[in-house]
Amino acid sequence: MMMQAVSPPDPTPDAAALGAEAVLEVSNLTVEFPTRRGVLTAIDNVSMQIAPGEILGVVGESGAGKSITGLAVLGLLEAPGRIAGGEIHVAGRRIDMLSEDELTKVRGREMGAIFQDPLTALNPLFTIGVQLVETIRLHSGLSKEAARDRALTLLREVGIPAPRERLSQYPHQFSGGMRQRVVIALALAAEPALIIADEPTTALDVSIQAQITALLRRLCKDHRTGVMLVTHDMGVIAETADRVAVMYSGRMVETGRVKDVIHDAQHPYTKGLMAAIPSLHERVETLTQIDGAMPRLNARPEGCAFNPRCPMAGPRCRRENPVLAPAGRNQAACFLHDGGTE
Amino acid sequence: MTAQSPILTVSNASKEFDVSAPWLNRVLERKPKLFVKAVDDVSFTVPRGSCFSIVGESGCGKSTVARLVTGLYATTAGDIRFSAGSGGEPVRVQMIFQDPHSSLNPRWRVGDIIAEPIREMKLRASEAETRERVEELLSTVGLAADDARNYPHEFSGGQRQRISIARALASEPELLVCDEPTSALDVSVQAQILNLMRRLQQELGLTYLFISHDLSVVRHMSDTIAVMYLGRIVEMGPAESLFNAPQHPYSRLLLGTIPDIHAPHRDRALQSGEPPSPLDPPLGCAFHPRCALANERCGRDLPELLSVGAATVRCHAVEEGRAQETSVSEAV
Repeated sequence: MMMQAVSPPDPTPDAAALGAEAVLEVSNLTVEFPTRRGVLTAIDNVSMQIAPGEILGVVGESGAGKSITGLAVLGLLEAPGRIAGGEIHVAGRRIDMLSEDELTKVRGREMGAIFQDPLTALNPLFTIGVQLVETIRLHSGLSKEAARDRALTLLREVGIPAPRERLSQYPHQFSGGMRQRVVIALALAAEPALIIADEPTTALDVSIQAQITALLRRLCKDHRTGVMLVTHDMGVIAETADRVAVMYSGRMVETGRVKDVIHDAQHPYTKGLMAAIPSLHERVETLTQIDGAMPRLNARPEGCAFNPRCPMAGPRCRRENPVLAPAGRNQAACFLHDGGTE
Repeated sequence: MTAQSPILTVSNASKEFDVSAPWLNRVLERKPKLFVKAVDDVSFTVPRGSCFSIVGESGCGKSTVARLVTGLYATTAGDIRFSAGSGGEPVRVQMIFQDPHSSLNPRWRVGDIIAEPIREMKLRASEAETRERVEELLSTVGLAADDARNYPHEFSGGQRQRISIARALASEPELLVCDEPTSALDVSVQAQILNLMRRLQQELGLTYLFISHDLSVVRHMSDTIAVMYLGRIVEMGPAESLFNAPQHPYSRLLLGTIPDIHAPHRDRALQSGEPPSPLDPPLGCAFHPRCALANERCGRDLPELLSVGAATVRCHAVEEGRAQETSVSEAV
């Protein structure tokens, strides 16, 4: 999976420890949106790694910055959004400094993308076959016939029945679930090291959602592809991901193995979030609720962004911004696990 | 009027939509008129003070049922009856919609949005009393009296849904039809709204007709659940029995595939297939092309709703006892 390009020396010790093994390495990423009323920090000092064949779930509520993280890695931030700090390495190569032309080559070859709405990801004017063959040839230089064979193999792999006939059909002739399978085939076309999947199942019904998450998981394990799975749905994370990063107001508040974060959350926000999900197994009189709402980017409080909603908040939480520190089996950005809240 | 009497009785309601091509195209291309049967022969009763939920995937007709009940659509066939309200006058019905961003007028102040039904129905004698009632409603749903002066865009999604609820309560309804009331909200806010709705139900004795695709939300809210598939109710019964012992293969599929954070089933065998197009529904049982238990009879005859224990189920396999032989995990 290593790129032939030379990777620049790593300045952060964190990154060096993980070595060139990680398919994605984000260190201290900060994304800003300059507006007329000042600069909004959408992503504040976020770091993450994804190993080959690993699925990292990035979960958070709307506005938490999870999608922006995915877009920043893909280099698809819309102006005026910009990466204001930190580094992004994909398959050992630093990509946040690349020009648009160079980035276009990395995108697709090294990184695939799957978005929420499969209809907008496909061109309605071309058949699935044309789109697949074009993508494959762009990244591999195969002949037309070889690319067609590869397209057939891909469609078979993502579970599309009668792939030979399907190649000559247009996106509107596919159902939502089948379209998302085609998008996954497109994302896999160049055998990328990393796939960014942003809410890949949100537009689908539950029974189809289960098929797609299972497919994504199988393909990622088979191809040793790293996946960043961005979603608001903790259920999807529980079913699919290996590790999870919980985001709140542009910061990562907790990260750890999926099982540990779900059953033994350490950050008060994560705890509240897990308890707020109605259970399928028992009915309770009242659900645990987190009062209030996530602050807007221009009204993020001093200190920990969660402090106004936090039942455990102390004076230090209103003063200082906590950083990720070991907490139980996870890492949490909370003073309860890092020297107390006083 | 006993507490158990139904507030709403829907009998054999059907709704067809005309989705034909324009007249000239039909004439030139010699195409017949085309109808979609969005709701097909649906019957249920909602006891006063309970929460009746309809679940199903997109296109199953659950929202159409909500709109039939509120009179936003007229039925093609069948009957929808309300019992007399508590004061003898007709039952008041209100609706809460999914998207609080589009269901509130952005040009109106919140106070006016909530006061509109009160003024329109002349529920209060004077303007001062109306304002007082608006403040009371705002505090009922957990907002401040000052919020009446603001516009909807100044509120978050959860607060906007509270405003929708306050507006629905303004006309003092007995039956609230809630169409995916929390689907546009984040989980932590969803919990706030669900808790509020449960509290209001207890305090005001409301009856809910609750429409959702989210089974965990439905389990939290409901007394009785109906599962719809392609316009028909395939299983209906008390929430507990439906979740603990689902009968219909489709109910089992739904329960088996819903992501569960406490017991993820990553390595299950997956049922393939997708819902068929409602334009061209399969003969017999609409679920038979996806059903592991289907036989030749399922592809030919439409099963009837039969009582099985506390539930009613529309399935030949359940009727013939074939469903019991397969465990849930095999069927899903």
